[in-house]
Amino acid sequence: MDFLTSHLLSLILFIPAVSALVMLFMPKDEAKLLRWFTLGASLIPFALSIFLWTQFKSGVTGFQFEEKYVWYQAINSSLHLGVDGLSLTMVLLTTLLTPLAILASFSVTDRIKPYMMLFLFLETGMLGVFVAMDLLIFFVFWEIGLVPMYFLISQWGSANKDYASLKFMIYTMGGSLGLLLGIQLLGSLFGTFDLAVITAKWTSAQGFLLGYPIATIKTIAFWAFVIAFAIKVPVWPFHTWLPDAHTEAPTAGSMLLAGVLLKLGAYGFLRLVLPLYPVESHNYAGWLALLATAAIVFGAFAAYGQTDFKRLVAYSSINHMGFVVLGIAAAAFAAGTADAHIAMNGAILQMFNHGLSAAGMFFLVGVIYERTHTRNLEEFGGLFPLVPIYGGILIFTSMASLGLPGLNGFVSEFLVVRGAFPVLTVYTAISMLGLLFTGAYILKGIMKVLHGPLNEHWAHGEHKLTEINTREIFVMAPLMTLILVIGIWPAWILEVINKAVMRLF
Amino acid sequence: MNFPVLSIIVFTPIVAALIILLIPAERKTEARGVALAAATFALLLSFWVYLSYDKTAAGYQFVEQYSWLPQLGISLHLGVDGISAPLVLLTGVVMFTGVLISWGDFGEHVSAGIQDRPREFFAFLFILATGVFGVFVSLDLFMLFFFYEIAVFPMYLLIVIWGWIQTREYAAMKLTLYLFIGSVVALVGALAMYWVAGQNTGIYTFDMLQLEKAGFSASFQNLWFLPVFFGFAVLGGIWPFHNWSPDGHVAAPTAVSMFHAGVLMKLGAFAALRVGIMLLPEGAKHWSWIIMLCAGVAVVYGAFIAFVQTDMKYMIGFSSVSHMGLVMLGISTLNHDGLLGAGVQMFSHGVMTALFFAVTGMIYDRSHTRQIPELGGMNKIMPFASIGFIIGGLVSMGMPGFSGFIAEFPIFMGVWKTQWLVAVIASISIILTAAYIMLAIRRVFFGKMPEKFEGHITPITILDKVAIFTLCSFMVVIGVFPSFMVPMVETGVQNALRLLGVQ
Repeated sequence: MDFLTSHLLSLILFIPAVSALVMLFMPKDEAKLLRWFTLGASLIPFALSIFLWTQFKSGVTGFQFEEKYVWYQAINSSLHLGVDGLSLTMVLLTTLLTPLAILASFSVTDRIKPYMMLFLFLETGMLGVFVAMDLLIFFVFWEIGLVPMYFLISQWGSANKDYASLKFMIYTMGGSLGLLLGIQLLGSLFGTFDLAVITAKWTSAQGFLLGYPIATIKTIAFWAFVIAFAIKVPVWPFHTWLPDAHTEAPTAGSMLLAGVLLKLGAYGFLRLVLPLYPVESHNYAGWLALLATAAIVFGAFAAYGQTDFKRLVAYSSINHMGFVVLGIAAAAFAAGTADAHIAMNGAILQMFNHGLSAAGMFFLVGVIYERTHTRNLEEFGGLFPLVPIYGGILIFTSMASLGLPGLNGFVSEFLVVRGAFPVLTVYTAISMLGLLFTGAYILKGIMKVLHGPLNEHWAHGEHKLTEINTREIFVMAPLMTLILVIGIWPAWILEVINKAVMRLF
Repeated sequence: MNFPVLSIIVFTPIVAALIILLIPAERKTEARGVALAAATFALLLSFWVYLSYDKTAAGYQFVEQYSWLPQLGISLHLGVDGISAPLVLLTGVVMFTGVLISWGDFGEHVSAGIQDRPREFFAFLFILATGVFGVFVSLDLFMLFFFYEIAVFPMYLLIVIWGWIQTREYAAMKLTLYLFIGSVVALVGALAMYWVAGQNTGIYTFDMLQLEKAGFSASFQNLWFLPVFFGFAVLGGIWPFHNWSPDGHVAAPTAVSMFHAGVLMKLGAFAALRVGIMLLPEGAKHWSWIIMLCAGVAVVYGAFIAFVQTDMKYMIGFSSVSHMGLVMLGISTLNHDGLLGAGVQMFSHGVMTALFFAVTGMIYDRSHTRQIPELGGMNKIMPFASIGFIIGGLVSMGMPGFSGFIAEFPIFMGVWKTQWLVAVIASISIILTAAYIMLAIRRVFFGKMPEKFEGHITPITILDKVAIFTLCSFMVVIGVFPSFMVPMVETGVQNALRLLGVQ
């Protein structure tokens, strides 16, 4: 038991990758074995992170479950892991969504073994970012998560996968270039990559650096970091990779892409940008809020204009992640005030909530695509009577995405708006108008698929639409439960988040 | 240490070459068997040297000294330090894998590897290997040149006899002339060192450990540093003297390309570091900006040119120019991080590029084309090779978790400490590399296989798989556990820093 608690984070982090290596030795034709093994391997980190949640003392400030191992001694980087309320929430989200994505992938029949292995590697990559307390380790996992996702899109994606996967890869790597250079600068300045040490030294740095005033360097480095994370979130106008990548990715890939990978960007803002650049964040918060507002409004408009169901959901992610960034901008602008804390709580909860609802929505799109082989909204219509259970689940999840009170989206968006309104009034007001269009595109999606005149094509014969099956309901059930629980009683999760927020900002 | 392990490593290949030449020409399998046995033996010994190198003691170990021409102060003085021990291992690895993939006639209907006169091929290849081992372990400047020339000359024959028929005469001639001119220039510098050191100290010697203490004046060092450094750096493929290298890679047969890009280019960089920087440290400080400039151009320019290539071998050739540019960039910083990164990058690039050429050779032997647009769908026939190529590609683009990142990151940190603008500009190459490697992987290994190849492409042999596995495992192990190699390189770097007078 001692071993378990003292190595909990590294166990959660590396069990998926080690399981993937074990899979190398499994026969590639044993579909059942491969699927269940992968599911089991991804459930262990989930169980461990629930254990982590119960053992986590939300009253204690600072990082818990810290572990530190020598990794790259020559440049003084170590595998330093730890969680606070912010990373704990994200770890839980990741370990929850990965088994669901794997369960959702049971319908994949093409090259199951590498597919499942890539998912497990992806999980390790994502988790590593959330638990890293060393800047270099953060970057290592940040980049390494790209590789499995690239291959998932390029190998198992739909028609336009080549274009989308390369765009995803180059866009994100190009964005991380500034981050890489910034990390190199910090590392060579301070001779360490430990986040706590660097934060203390960097924020108090004075004078000149490389022959320029340190404020100038900080501003440039600030934007280098911001662009890297803004591309990942994505913030308008850096979002163009997202609709392509999401649309072409296999269903489970989209679930994790929207559910977790986008959060990496927002997490980067919270973990690195705000603590490392408090002054610059304050100075440029207005610009960030402008971009966030643009993302909210344009994201909603763009979603409304789509005829492809999956693209519609993809643009809705831009819209929803805009609220996360708006909350972050407000918190950065008014750091230390009660408004900032509220906005920040909202932003972090919104990250979690969007993870649930976006993963659910992408899965539901996948369910219907698997049966009809089309995502074109014009080819659906009136399907509710044919698939009542599916229809109910779709409406439920859509409502969470829309922000219906009583479901989770409402809580977090309200908190963001409540926190941001006194600070960034104009932007918040415009964003709330954007919410109107959120309602519009979600209702459009529901209407085109479920209501209206029935498209007879799906009612009879070989194309007859079948109801959502048990496995698929098992994928949705945990998501729907959490959506409802957080909507009705958000205190249990907000308590953990709030402690981290109070300490950080 | 009485057991003369280094001289055994150095002379194993050449003895094996003589044995191979004694075997009748038509008994190809026996020739190959002897070659493989000798290569395995050399690999095991160099691995043993690598593992038993004492990192806490540092300095030169496994030292041997035999007088050779005492009247002129020349002796066979051998030893490895933290920088050369990984390179000896690299040579062992490339030699072993090079023999495996050149085997030819293995299994059914496989027309790959070297079919034509394998006896002579392996003999020449092994003479070259002796030269390479010799340079890495020489502590005597004359012996270093001696082995250097031994390494260059067989290259000419190997390319001109077994090379790609369309360009082999041209490429072989170009390569040899380039390298000879470079080494002659460096030799003049070495002789100057010999004389001046003799006048200064009264002892005329080529022993580099003595020359380190010769106390060359600053003006002498400033005058001779550039000829010595660039004379060797030509072989390291430094811009603007890189021109021979892609042509040479393309024309050479697979195993020779592996040796060439994997080991020979390191020979240039290593000798430039060992002789240029460590013997003339003041000159290095004076001129380091010019190396940094050339290396920076090589990094970015090489990546751009690689991006537009359609021939796989040209693409890899120019990517080597870009990656060796990173080595030179690391060396030019003259600080701990940069030199450390350069040391690791030499090994990392060596195994990576050897792997690239090996896989390219496997594809070419089966499809008879290296044109990226004409290929496709190879993953179905040779999944093992495609995974290998992907791992190599990830190393090449500096993906964390692989050896390339471990090497490139400190290089960039070192550059930040000396000239930040170069770091920013050089980082462009990372994106370019990612783009062209990913495109090449997709076009060659995935997508639809052209119809003319259907049924004609045979799977790779077990020997090929062993070679790919060996090369890949080093890249992954170093990437995940940097402590496998970094502390050792660090001891060598400390020695160089001591000579440079910086800590």
